[in-house]
Amino acid sequence: MGERTLGWGLRLWVTLVGLLLVAPTLIVIPMSFGAGSTFRFPPEHWSLHWYAEFFTSKQWLASLANSLQVGLLAAALATVLGTAAAFGIDRARFRARGVLRQLLMAPMILPGIVVAVAIYGVFLRWQLNGTMLGFVLAHTVLGVPFVITSVQTSLAHYDPTMEKAAACLGAGRFSTLRRIVLPLIAPGCVSGFVFAFATSFDEVVIALFLQTPDIKTLPVKMYESIVLEIDPTIAAASSLIVVLTTVLLLVPQFLRRRSHHD
Amino acid sequence: MTEPMTGIATTQVTKAYPGSERPAVDDVSLHIADGEFMTFLGPSGSGKTTMLSMIAGFTPLSAGSITVDGREISRLKPHRRDLGVVFQQYALFPHLSVARNVAFGLTQRKRPKAEIDRRVGEVLEMVGLSGVRERFPRQLSGGQQQRVALARAVAYEPRALLLDEPLAALDKRLRDQLQREIAHMHRELGMTFLFVTHDQQEALTLSDRIAVFNEGRIEQLGTPAELYERPGTLFVAQFLGESNALRLRPGEVTIVRPERVTLHTGTESVAAGQQRRSATVTDVVYVGDHSRIWLRYADGARGCAVLGAGTTHEHRPGSEVVVAWHPEHEAVVPDAEGNPK
Repeated sequence: MGERTLGWGLRLWVTLVGLLLVAPTLIVIPMSFGAGSTFRFPPEHWSLHWYAEFFTSKQWLASLANSLQVGLLAAALATVLGTAAAFGIDRARFRARGVLRQLLMAPMILPGIVVAVAIYGVFLRWQLNGTMLGFVLAHTVLGVPFVITSVQTSLAHYDPTMEKAAACLGAGRFSTLRRIVLPLIAPGCVSGFVFAFATSFDEVVIALFLQTPDIKTLPVKMYESIVLEIDPTIAAASSLIVVLTTVLLLVPQFLRRRSHHD
Repeated sequence: MTEPMTGIATTQVTKAYPGSERPAVDDVSLHIADGEFMTFLGPSGSGKTTMLSMIAGFTPLSAGSITVDGREISRLKPHRRDLGVVFQQYALFPHLSVARNVAFGLTQRKRPKAEIDRRVGEVLEMVGLSGVRERFPRQLSGGQQQRVALARAVAYEPRALLLDEPLAALDKRLRDQLQREIAHMHRELGMTFLFVTHDQQEALTLSDRIAVFNEGRIEQLGTPAELYERPGTLFVAQFLGESNALRLRPGEVTIVRPERVTLHTGTESVAAGQQRRSATVTDVVYVGDHSRIWLRYADGARGCAVLGAGTTHEHRPGSEVVVAWHPEHEAVVPDAEGNPK
């Protein structure tokens, strides 16, 4: 990669596009440090007022806790299911393989609102609306495609002969899985987990359908706060989300770099 | 089988894949003696690799049985067979150091730590890699990786070592060197080695006995010298080395190896009692320690003669020669349709 350098014009263009994409998101961060009671950019006076507001409000904290809980559980479940699915698709030699893969990837491609309405309808019947289980299951479905994609990438560089080698050396299926297979595909699983968590953490459409006054996720709470009352606390919440997801998405990058270098 | 046999014995082993017209392995019975170096030699698709795969436990048998020291193993999972296997592409575990790769089989067998350490040291020394214990596979050359794989496969003293084309991924020089090391390991360990290759030179150099595979069957089984000097079929004659294959009588082919013929410019110098045929020289190749003279016989058959380095000769492409040999050096095999090469 080091040999390829971009020309000046292209560099300028890339910088411009990058700025255009990121700027709106970044404006919210200075705004969250404002002292006034309305949104203003740049703020006249600086303060941590809205962060104090966020971290002392029961409603905001409850929604943050919900989001974290849903995100972690859904990501964990999606990682287990997605890894198994990726393995199945990689190893199995049946004709419907391609179709199966497309089906599993569907939640990534289908419009969010369509998925939301479908899940809402089914969950009404199963009485899962407004339950933690409901949120977790719905977000798991959204997370699975990310896990499949990243685990498949790991599997592409993985030589199945190693499993035979492990077997000859006396390792049973479970031992091979634990000592050989999982350590080797761990980077893919971790990336998948992170993407699944990030997807769940900022998912708003399905969460809007599933919410009840008792269980709201952070994005839903934010949506309400901007529709019902214009409250700059949302700027603090947004900044927190931006920082958290950015840090998370850097994790797979870091992992990849490490596995290439040592 | 009445009494338990030591070594590896296969009885009427067959592997048929659904949808293919002939079995990949067809009714193969053979016995590999304890401590023997046996080679399965054959072209790709001849069934030699499938056979190894069934012994190792990666491929289920369609019929037949396999015993190791009298114990039936054909229904056992690979990790219960206590065999060592070396693969063409090394198959080292990239996330484990050399020492932990080699220790893997011993750790699985829950040997005490001190014993594992000692044994890992021993086998790494045997393959000349004591200095790389803490390195990772990707930091080693191909030849070094295959040595680690060899050490790993014998570290836990398995019943036998199976080698699946272990040298095919290496370049010529390394291949020769590792060949010698494998032969040395075999002598030192006294272990049964089962070696699969399509390289006849490798097979002739290393083996106590060779089983030549063709179309799922053993074409001939014997020592390298038997196979080379007394091929039983046209396939074996043509697969192992060069030969002069002459159709002197209908239904059979007379095989004479290139080292067994002499070339003459006239019939006067041919000793009495020798067979003779006239031929045209098509090519002369000087290889340093010998020269190879390529021939075409009157009936169109191609042949070859080898002359030692000290021999002076005046054979040039196009010159007419008389090819002579002693009848005791010929092998007569049934004529068969098709040419394996």
